[in-house]
Amino acid sequence: MGAGIAGGGVAVNRASGSRLWSEVRAWFGRRSVIGIPYAWLLIFFLVPFLIVLKISFSNVVLAMPPVEPLLTWGHDQVLSIRISLSNYAFVLQDRLYMAAFANSLKVAAISTGIALVIGYPMAYGIARAGGAWRNILFLLVSLPFFTSFLLRVYAWIGLLGRGGPVNAVLLHLGIVKEPIQLLQTDFAVYLGMVYSYLPFMVLPLYSAIEKLDLTLLEAAADLGCRPMRSFFAITLPLTREGILAGCLLVFIPAVGEYVIPALLGGPDTLMIGRVVWDEFFANRDWPAASALAVILLLILSVFVLLLRRVQSQGEEAA
Amino acid sequence: MNSRRSPLVVAMLIFGFAFLYLPILSMVIYSFNASRLVTVWDSVHSPTLAWYVELFGNEEILEAARLSLRVAAVSATGAVMLATLAAFALVRYRRFRGRSLFGLLTTAPMVLPEVITGLSLLLLFVSLSQWIGWPAARGASTITIAHVTFCLAYAVVVIEARLLTVDRSLEEAAMDLGARPWKVFLVITLPLILPAIASAWLLSFILSWDDIVITSFVSGPGSTTLPQLVFSKVRLGVSPDINALATLLVGLVSVCVAAAGAVMMRSERRRLRDMQLAMGVH
Repeated sequence: MGAGIAGGGVAVNRASGSRLWSEVRAWFGRRSVIGIPYAWLLIFFLVPFLIVLKISFSNVVLAMPPVEPLLTWGHDQVLSIRISLSNYAFVLQDRLYMAAFANSLKVAAISTGIALVIGYPMAYGIARAGGAWRNILFLLVSLPFFTSFLLRVYAWIGLLGRGGPVNAVLLHLGIVKEPIQLLQTDFAVYLGMVYSYLPFMVLPLYSAIEKLDLTLLEAAADLGCRPMRSFFAITLPLTREGILAGCLLVFIPAVGEYVIPALLGGPDTLMIGRVVWDEFFANRDWPAASALAVILLLILSVFVLLLRRVQSQGEEAA
Repeated sequence: MNSRRSPLVVAMLIFGFAFLYLPILSMVIYSFNASRLVTVWDSVHSPTLAWYVELFGNEEILEAARLSLRVAAVSATGAVMLATLAAFALVRYRRFRGRSLFGLLTTAPMVLPEVITGLSLLLLFVSLSQWIGWPAARGASTITIAHVTFCLAYAVVVIEARLLTVDRSLEEAAMDLGARPWKVFLVITLPLILPAIASAWLLSFILSWDDIVITSFVSGPGSTTLPQLVFSKVRLGVSPDINALATLLVGLVSVCVAAAGAVMMRSERRRLRDMQLAMGVH
């Protein structure tokens, strides 16, 4: 194992000098295969987080960058460190921020529920469709994944506007007397969330339903079980992992979503991704934005760990 | 179960796909609308290609598209190269110091909110320019670094999955015959994982091409990518040339995905036929 892919047989018949040389090369080869991507991720992924963490403990100053350094040299050449918990105290005591966190979780949870209700029958239908149809439908579900997220959200701005097709249909059917406000409402945000993340729900559900052993359902039918009952007794419990994976794949990105509330939501649609953005760009309060990011990360890490557990269980089962 | 297709499931399928595709279809239709008021259909002068003509005459949009293309191509290439190394390290070297941290770092960018990734990368670039004077200004280079970092995670997943299925005895045979590790990689392993590398590149390209949130944090005043331009236009309301742009992009992606699907289906059919031949079933 030690020499990695350099393996045993290579240098056996050669002089010991060249064997040493090849071992040195193998050592360097192994080091750089691991080291280069590792270094990249440390520098551009881990270190940035430590900086966010650091800035969340410092104070705002009017400068560029607008934060006070944590470490300062005092007049007597003593290195002093100042950690300020005031950002966390400020953020945790402010009702606005807490409302934003609560609302983000609520919007994400409800959107996930709606996506599951729409996505499960779709995944079921695709998994049970015959040959060519199944491939075509599968491609059609994954296609939106490859088309611009931004443009798909944008499409709803045109559809939901006062003079747009949705209002036209509602007027025509006599459901409403005059055009109603659909854009810049919570309704539009839910719609955008479900629409954008539906493929994330359908794909894991599809692979779970496809794996289901059909003989179990046949056996249930032979024993006189009605389809509805066998669905709830067999299909649903056996695809539990797919359901959980799909829900987490929708829920996790939805909590921190910025684009959808910014484009479809109203000024009072509070979501934490948007609050972090505004705190940073509009208020230039970097420490508060950093503190909010750290708290959001802590909340999400619970769900991310859950997702990792579900996925590793799935791998073991397969 | 197969023969009895429940009407409820069929109805939900139709509803679901209508939900997914009607908004896209509406953009396509309205891109041919002559009226400047996007949602009012001007039946006298429509259909028209006016918005497409305007699109290709708009130097700002073309400039942003060129920048996005360049960033996406460079980011995808960089991400795939790093991801190949990372996937190799994860699959071939089962044990090394810091492996679990490495595994966490390669997957974490996928599940993090983009707002956090963008914020942290911007703070890194600001700190770096204070400490070592680089980057002096934010622009295409900082956007590319940020895109490589988040595309890397997706590329690793795709390449790792393929590498796990590669038969190691082929590599061992080559090594026993005296091939050096690099040569084994180039002659044996690389051709075997090439399809995964190609799809990882395509996925990274699309992710980079489409990114708005992370880009907004790490870009500078002189560099505007296409999604940034679209976002700023869209915030002011609907504009018909964006419909034309969307139609072109959706059309391009559909053709690519349909082609990839056709190739996949044909190779699947060939594989089935070969297997039937091999088993003597005609």
